Amino acid sequence: MNNTTEKHEPVQEIEQALFETQRKIYPRAISGYFANLRWFMVWFTQILFYGTAWLTWNDRQAVLFDLAARKFYIFGFVFWPQDFIYLAVLLIISALLLFLVTAVAGRVFCGYACPQSVYTEMFMWIERVIEGDRSARIKLDGVAVTPRKVALKATKHFVWIALALWTGFTFVGYFTPIRTLIQETLSFALGPWQLFWILFYGLATYGNAGWMREQVCKYMCPYARFQSAMFDKDTLTVTYDTERGEPRGSRSKKVDYKAQGLGTCVDCNICVQVCPTGIDIRKGLQYECIGCALCVDACNQVMDKMEYPRGLIRYTTEHALTNKLDHKGIVQRMLRPRILVYSSILGLIILVSALSLTMKSPLKFDVIRDRGLPRITENGSIDNVYRLQIMNTEEQGHHYQIDVSGIPGITIVTDANFDMPPATTKLIPARIRVPGDTAKKGSNKIIFTVRDLDNANVSVSEKAAFLIPR
Amino acid sequence: MADFTNNWLGILLALVIAISIFGCAVLLWSQSKLKVKVGADGKPLPVETTGHIWDEDLRENNNPLPGWWMKLFYGTIIFGVVYLLLYGGFGSYKGFLNWNEIDEYQSELKAGNTQYGPLFQKYMAMDITAVAQDPKALEIGERLFLNTCAQCHGSDAQGVKGFPNLTDNDWLYGGDPQTILATLHDGRNGFMPPMADAVGNADDVLNVANYVLSLSGSKHDEAKAQLGKAKFTVCAACHGEDGKGNMAMGAPNLTDKTWLYGGTVDAIVEAINKGRKNQMPAYTGIIDEDKLHLLAAYVWSLSNKPQSLSKP
Repeated sequence: MNNTTEKHEPVQEIEQALFETQRKIYPRAISGYFANLRWFMVWFTQILFYGTAWLTWNDRQAVLFDLAARKFYIFGFVFWPQDFIYLAVLLIISALLLFLVTAVAGRVFCGYACPQSVYTEMFMWIERVIEGDRSARIKLDGVAVTPRKVALKATKHFVWIALALWTGFTFVGYFTPIRTLIQETLSFALGPWQLFWILFYGLATYGNAGWMREQVCKYMCPYARFQSAMFDKDTLTVTYDTERGEPRGSRSKKVDYKAQGLGTCVDCNICVQVCPTGIDIRKGLQYECIGCALCVDACNQVMDKMEYPRGLIRYTTEHALTNKLDHKGIVQRMLRPRILVYSSILGLIILVSALSLTMKSPLKFDVIRDRGLPRITENGSIDNVYRLQIMNTEEQGHHYQIDVSGIPGITIVTDANFDMPPATTKLIPARIRVPGDTAKKGSNKIIFTVRDLDNANVSVSEKAAFLIPR
Repeated sequence: MADFTNNWLGILLALVIAISIFGCAVLLWSQSKLKVKVGADGKPLPVETTGHIWDEDLRENNNPLPGWWMKLFYGTIIFGVVYLLLYGGFGSYKGFLNWNEIDEYQSELKAGNTQYGPLFQKYMAMDITAVAQDPKALEIGERLFLNTCAQCHGSDAQGVKGFPNLTDNDWLYGGDPQTILATLHDGRNGFMPPMADAVGNADDVLNVANYVLSLSGSKHDEAKAQLGKAKFTVCAACHGEDGKGNMAMGAPNLTDKTWLYGGTVDAIVEAINKGRKNQMPAYTGIIDEDKLHLLAAYVWSLSNKPQSLSKP
């Protein structure tokens, strides 16, 4: 700052911390359409998360990511590290889905499905059941330490930690069979890494959902910061209708507010009290807003009581407000090029990856030619030796047959038929023979084909080089 | 570190590390406070910008970080100090835990040996010929072979020029289990000296080569072979009067049709003129004893296929 201009008038200065202290938010409970939708999503995602680990499929855990064996079981599928492309595709689909949903309806993922919101919601419910609603909690935090306060806080943290540990346990249960894991947990026989990850994930849940809450969304999550790049004027966002609401002010239900020069906002502040990130939506769209629409529920309740029309705060678009669009107009504008492009790319990728998944061959193989010179046998034939790396990615055994073609008279000298046990890989040395005079000197292209003897549809071919000495 | 320099480098590094850490802490502490003007009501006035101005009019708004974030920075400093104390890093200080990667490797090796040791111990206690009857042992043996031996002998163990075929019953040094094991342990140095001077002139060499081929009934010139027979006495010192070779010194049998370098006149003339030198490396100390035992069983099984193994 420029000090020279202020020299005449010495101003008193104090030292202040340059860092913000966290302001604790006490969200008020609310019911309504969007609150119900949120709770539905909590149940849906959490039954999926806590439940899926316990399902079985063909005598094994239905969803299991076996990192040590590098086999990833998802219901009927077994994925191997070679299938890594599917993980990439899944991430691409997720990203595109996020773009699409954000362009249409803003940060609904944040409000309804993000684990941070969902676990915060669950932890807040526990807090509410034990300590009471907003005002009771503010009061409790205000008083000095009393036996009741200690008892309530201890109960809350105990339940929180129990839920967090169960979450950590379930998480680890996707990487090591959960039925074995629970026996090991009950008999205190967990491996060090299992224990570490249960505690780590449990602690992360406890800390993020119990303590950090909206801090994660505000300071850690990058999504809030780039929402402005994905929003446009036709994106549905939780919006306060300024024109209808302002000037705000309290009034009696009976008076004609229009005559008093007031808008419909009664300035009850309930929309601020229910907000899980503690913002005032009436200031307009803010990066802290997670699009959960609890303020919509709150405001509608108040509007009902006042017998005003609902929707002072509602999901609407910027265009709808400026151009006075009705419901139909909003929906029409939803089909804008951006949305169509996102949807068609997304549809195409999903279609292609689904097709590729259904046609995924259970048989993979690679051919490696042995280093070294070709062999010339007594009667002048040429031998080349190859190693076939064969993978049976399925959970049943198969009988395979190797064929080789590309040079007249080419034969496989070693055993061409072999068995593959379920989900295994095998290195099979194969000696290939060619009569001395049927191919040109140098490198010749040959083709190995491995066929499933039980299923004519399954066959994979690979190119290789056959060397004939000059 | 002291192998390359004196201790001064370690001391210098320790100083640099200590000063850096201390500097970070001071910087954090000094940047976490701000002098704020007080308004008429005695309350601090809001600070709109940090006072930093770039490119004449680009101002940085005052958006303070949350306090816990700053505490995380202090946390990283504490973590760093604890880490350095536990694992070393202050110059040549070894750390409280005295951890190093060599010990770590050794302990993992030990853990691996404790886990898999019993399996190998079981086979180690068995005779090699008995191990060769065990399909599980042969599976392990095959994998060891493909990793270690196939580079020279081929994936099917049939060798190429200069590298013997291990699946026939023709051996340079002997094919009984103990000899195979000895070959694996100590390696082999195959050596045939250049014999041209001892044999005579170029014609003599050609004649001897034809005689050698005649021993196995391979393609040869009978007249030259008859001439070469007398000169073969020089060769007989190692290969024997009858040309059947000598396993004790690795002199190959010349009466069969197995040729390490090819069964043509040219190849044999070359051998007589220039000699042959070949080596199989020793694997003692490179591969553990119990694995060599399994490898010997696998190699032995290649030329001694038991009935039970042909159909698993």
